Amino acid sequence: MPVLARWIEAAGIPTVVVTMMPAVADERRAPRVVGVEFPFGHAFGMPHDKAMQRRVLELALRVLAGAASFGTRVDLDVEWPLPLREAYRAWQPKVPSPIVRKLLEARAQAST
Amino acid sequence: MVVDSYRFLPRSFRPFYEGRGPYPGEESPVWAPFEKRLSASRIALLTSAGVYLKASQASFDVGGEQSNPEWGDPTWRSIPATARPDEMAVAHLHINDEDVLADPEIALPMRGLAELVKEGIVGGAVAHHVAVMGYQDRGLEDWRSTTAPEIVAHLRGQGADGLILAPA
Repeated sequence: MPVLARWIEAAGIPTVVVTMMPAVADERRAPRVVGVEFPFGHAFGMPHDKAMQRRVLELALRVLAGAASFGTRVDLDVEWPLPLREAYRAWQPKVPSPIVRKLLEARAQAST
Repeated sequence: MVVDSYRFLPRSFRPFYEGRGPYPGEESPVWAPFEKRLSASRIALLTSAGVYLKASQASFDVGGEQSNPEWGDPTWRSIPATARPDEMAVAHLHINDEDVLADPEIALPMRGLAELVKEGIVGGAVAHHVAVMGYQDRGLEDWRSTTAPEIVAHLRGQGADGLILAPA
């Protein structure tokens, strides 16, 4: 995603990446980054929580339109309202993704 | 307050993301200045949650990813800003899709953006936003040669002055 942002930016369209892994977006050299400490799949917040979603969207717009230079990153100071353990379990797919399954199988094989 | 980028990531996955540096050939700064006022600008959204319109669009190819875990469907979908949540489906093997289906705004806040337009904070929204399927750090060649130029052409056609991208 940060790389896609770079290609779109290079074509002349300003971009901002709203991400739960802002450190990775930074490393991948995204032009503008908004960090959110939210579970995967929830870049703009909790379902049906309009106020929370609006806070993220407004910050994204502010950074998109107002960042002065490349590499600007602003993190949103909003804590996920559910207990960590519950949220950590809830975002993950019921069946591990193909690449995760492959990595787990490779690890299991290496340890036998 | 600095966000912990790994708070919700299983600990064993962290080395796949942390300290990997820029993508090869993508080290230098890129910058397109945002020159207009926000209230005079048209904004587009892009999600990588694998959202598509179930009645009129093909799903992303999750079968292809099942048979080749290193591969991910590099195509994209044009999502009308007027699409209702019940018209949308999600094809994504890396997240639990229940919350996105319950409220697609958490990935693609089209209604939230429309409200800011109505209030005059944002000048406008594009008529068609963009959806892709994420988790594709491997095999970016199709993205560079095809997907990205197609999305850029779409955004230009929509008169977008800026883009908010949100990975799933």
